[in-house]
Amino acid sequence: MNDAASQAYRAIQALEYRYARLLDDDRLEEWPDLFVERGIYKVIPRENCQRQPQLAILFCDSRAMMMDRVRSLREANVYNLHYPRHVVSNIEILSATDGVFEVAACYTVYQTDLEGQTRLFSVGQYRDVITDDGGTLRFREKIAICDTFNIPNLLAIPL
Amino acid sequence: MSRETPLIAWPSHDGSRVPFDVFTRADVFAREQEAIFRGPVWNYVALEAELPQPGDFKTSFVGDTPIVVSRAEDGSLHAFVNRCAHRGATVQRQPSGNTRQHRCVYHQWCYNARGELTGVPYRRNVGGMGGYAVDFDVKDHGLTKLRVTSHKGVIFATFHPGTPDLEAYLDEPLLAAIDRLFSRPVRVLGHMRQRVRGNWKLYAENTRDPYHAALLHGFHATFGTYRTNQKRTGGSDRARAHTTGSTYGDDWRTAHQSGDVGQDKVVENYSLADPSLMEGRPDFNDGVTVQITSIFPCLVVQQIMNTLATRHIRPKAADDFELYWTYFGYVDDDEQMTAARLKQANLVGPAGLISMEDSEAIELIQRAIVRDGQENAFLEFGGLNADLDKDRQGEASVRAFWRYYARMMELSSTGVDA
Repeated sequence: MNDAASQAYRAIQALEYRYARLLDDDRLEEWPDLFVERGIYKVIPRENCQRQPQLAILFCDSRAMMMDRVRSLREANVYNLHYPRHVVSNIEILSATDGVFEVAACYTVYQTDLEGQTRLFSVGQYRDVITDDGGTLRFREKIAICDTFNIPNLLAIPL
Repeated sequence: MSRETPLIAWPSHDGSRVPFDVFTRADVFAREQEAIFRGPVWNYVALEAELPQPGDFKTSFVGDTPIVVSRAEDGSLHAFVNRCAHRGATVQRQPSGNTRQHRCVYHQWCYNARGELTGVPYRRNVGGMGGYAVDFDVKDHGLTKLRVTSHKGVIFATFHPGTPDLEAYLDEPLLAAIDRLFSRPVRVLGHMRQRVRGNWKLYAENTRDPYHAALLHGFHATFGTYRTNQKRTGGSDRARAHTTGSTYGDDWRTAHQSGDVGQDKVVENYSLADPSLMEGRPDFNDGVTVQITSIFPCLVVQQIMNTLATRHIRPKAADDFELYWTYFGYVDDDEQMTAARLKQANLVGPAGLISMEDSEAIELIQRAIVRDGQENAFLEFGGLNADLDKDRQGEASVRAFWRYYARMMELSSTGVDA
C-alpha cells in the first residue's frame, strides 16, 4: 500500500469506528451526520438479497429521514433496554474512483441487558460507498446485510 | 374424545381470565400441537405467488412441524412433512427453490413434488446383499401428506381429516377481508423474520387487541394512522375463532394535522423532517387505513397504509416463536407504488416504527410470568357483554379467542364467570 492508499484506508477505518462509537455511546443524534445529505442507509435481511428489489427492514434515503428515525426512537418507540456494542472488522477497500470508495466490512453487534447479560444480536456485512464531502469523509451509502436475518426480538438501534 | 383430566384448571367460561400456565408449560405446548395445529384447523403455510411454477417449493411449518409446500407438474399444490420416511432425516434443506425431486441426502431416497417415494438405491440388492423384500412397495413409504387448499392464492394446510372446507372454516367476514387484499395478483417483495422469546398465543392475542394499538405504539397515535377513537368496523366467524378489524382514518398523508388524540400516546410537536415516508396513495377506495385480520391459529393478514403482509406465527416452544412476514405488493404496481411500499416497510416488521413494540411487550410478559402460573391475565375491557361484531375497541375478540382455545384444548371450567 502506498502512502496515499494507506492514508485513505486509515481515514475510512476512522469513519467506520466513529460510526460504531456514536451508536454505542448513545449519541444517536450525531449518527445521521456521518452521511451525506441524501445518503442511503438500509438494513437488508440476507435472504432478501437474491431478489430485486431488495426489501429492507429499515430504509432511510436522506439524513432527515435518519433524524426522524432517531426522534421516533427517543420519543415514540418502546424497545428492549440494552447497551449495544458494534464491532467493525475486515475493512476492505473494493474500489477507489475519483475519491469515491466502495468499502466492505464485517460487523458484529452484541446487546447487553440491564442485568449485565450479553448476547450476540447480529452478524453481517457492511457494503458502503464513502465519499469526500467538503473535506470530510461521509457515507453516501451504507447497507447492512444481516446474516442474522431472524432478528432476535426487534431492531431499534441501527446496525 | 374427552380427556379425563384437563391439563389445567380453566377459571372462566367467558375467556376473561387466562392462567399464566398456558404460556409457560411444555405439556400445554405439546397438547396444542396435537389438539390445535394438527386438529380441525386450516394452517396458513405460504402464498401461491411464492411458488408460481411447476416444481417450485417452499419449506414452512404447521405448528412446530417442518413441512414442504410444493407445486406439481400439473400445477396442483401439495404439502408434506419434511421428514424422510426411511430414517427421519430432513429431506429438503433449502428454504425454497425449484426441483424435480426431493432427495434425502442420508440414503438418497427420492420423492416427487407430491411427496410420493419414487426411488430408493439398491432396492433389489447389491452383489446379492442388501436390498428390500420383493413385497416392498414405494407406495407405502411416501412422506406424510397434509390436505391443502388455496383461497385467492393464500395456501392453507391441515393434518385433520375432519377439517371443514376452508370457506366454512373462515366464514364470510374473513373471506371478504382476504378477498379485499388478494383480488389482484400479488408480487412478493421479500420476507422479514423475528424470533420472539415469548409464547405464540401472546401474539395471537396482540393482533386481536385494538386497546393497545394507540397506547403502546406512539408513532401510530402521533401520526393518526391509528387512534383509539377512530371509526372502526369488523367481523368474526360464527365460531368466533377469527377476527378482522378495519380502521377508517383520514387520508394518512394529512392525518397528523387533525383529529382528537384522546388519551393516546402522542409525541407533541413531532412532524417528519422527511415526509416521503408517508407518501403513496390508497390501494382501495374504502377509506380503510389499517386492516388487521387474525385467522386461527397462526395467520395475521395486514394492510397498514400501503404495507401489505401476511404474518405467519411459527411456534417453537412454550416460550419461543418465530414471526415470519411475507411482504407483498401487486403485480400491476407501477414503480412509484413499489417504491412507496418499500419505504413504508419502515413502519412494520422487526424494525417497524409502529410494530417494534409488540414483541417487546410479549417478552415483558414472558419474563414476568415465570412463577404463579395459576394467576390470571385480566380481560374485561369493553365490558363482558360487548357485542363482538360491534365492539372494535375493547378486548371482546381476545376473550373470544380464549373461549375457542379452551374448547379445542378441552379445558374444563372450574370457576364461575367473572
